[in-house]
Amino acid sequence: MAFNVKALPKKNYIMPGNAACPGCPENIGLKFVSMALGEKATLVVPAGCTSVIQGLWPRQGTSMPVLNIVFAAAASAASGLSRALRIRGKDDIVVVWAGDGGTADIGLQALSGAAERGEDFIYICVDNEAYMNTGIQRSSLTPHGAWTTTTHRGNPGRKKPLPQIVAAHRVPYVATASIGYPWDFISKLKKAASIKGFKYIHLHAPCPVGWRFDPGLTVKIAQLAVETGAWILYEYENGKLRLNPPSNKLVDPSKRKPLEEYIKLQGRFRHLTDKDLEELKKEIEENWREITAILRAQGDL
Amino acid sequence: MRRLGSRKQRKSRLRGEMVLAGSSPSRKDVLVVEPGDHFYPLSVAAPGSMGRTGSWRTQRPVVNAEKCIGCYMCWLYCPDNTIIMREKAGPRGQDVASIDYEYCKGCGICANVCPVNAIEMVDESKFISQS
Repeated sequence: MAFNVKALPKKNYIMPGNAACPGCPENIGLKFVSMALGEKATLVVPAGCTSVIQGLWPRQGTSMPVLNIVFAAAASAASGLSRALRIRGKDDIVVVWAGDGGTADIGLQALSGAAERGEDFIYICVDNEAYMNTGIQRSSLTPHGAWTTTTHRGNPGRKKPLPQIVAAHRVPYVATASIGYPWDFISKLKKAASIKGFKYIHLHAPCPVGWRFDPGLTVKIAQLAVETGAWILYEYENGKLRLNPPSNKLVDPSKRKPLEEYIKLQGRFRHLTDKDLEELKKEIEENWREITAILRAQGDL
Repeated sequence: MRRLGSRKQRKSRLRGEMVLAGSSPSRKDVLVVEPGDHFYPLSVAAPGSMGRTGSWRTQRPVVNAEKCIGCYMCWLYCPDNTIIMREKAGPRGQDVASIDYEYCKGCGICANVCPVNAIEMVDESKFISQS
């Protein structure tokens, strides 16, 4: 898909001088949401870093309307908001902007309920792989072996396959995206906005504070995660799976960059032994095997 | 309490718009609440909700206008929207990136995504003696 960066809207929806840390991926992601949806977006934000980024009265850090809501109720609040807007004849797009803890742990039942009812809104899970706002505690989306303040010797569990869990609800649109690939994310948001029903986008967002890397490398690490195959860009449209570039060229493991390039830049993986690294590689290989199995069953590979 | 702002500004505040008195973002100018001026505490999108975040910076991005090709990559990725593209302002007539140092937090993403290395991160201490 052709992507013209100069044709993107020039209006600022994310205000300079907000409360985000330097190099914050959530700010970058919110910026792309505003570029894709503009005036039409209404944010529903459960507790998380974005509640802080909005800033304190009398100034607001983002110029999109925001409904702040408790962790467990993001999807249910968005359901009500979206229904009320439709009854009033408005076509505004309700966007839930939730962190990985607010989606995979605390907000999962509301998310599942809204998906099952087929509510009309976009749910974006900003996956920075731990509870960053409260001080880097492990969440169920933390990858294997990663250091957090509650897993000093590395996370013993493994990452919950959340996009597949939502896709199993048979919703019209499920996609994964990365802040390193704005053209992919923006086109997915525009596609999601044009579909009626429950849409889910899982956004990979490397956090410099929690992952222990230099804030200037946020975008580079997000791109490396995709190039090494640790994060896969794909979309389920009406149940049909499709890999998106650049992940569609990485089905063959020899085309991927070595995983070490991605791991070595992050302080949270500093303690990893060779055995842990093998475990992590095995997990990534399993993810790819699942994806390719579905593609083969569809006859696309 | 002190009446705040001009008559026009007070009227626009009655309509629910907030006009910051003067251009100074100091808190005391905007936190004064007068009866009749604010009916409810309404936040308005404005730069500097966390103050002048440029003071967080330890390294300053410096754009080399000679090298800049106007590709907009830094503008696209800047988390704080502090890159301002000046159209056709470069020495070769190209668009050139410039940086709002009042709010730039100095994360260095712009320097890392620049395809021609036109942005250099310079230690903030180099600028102290000049000012």
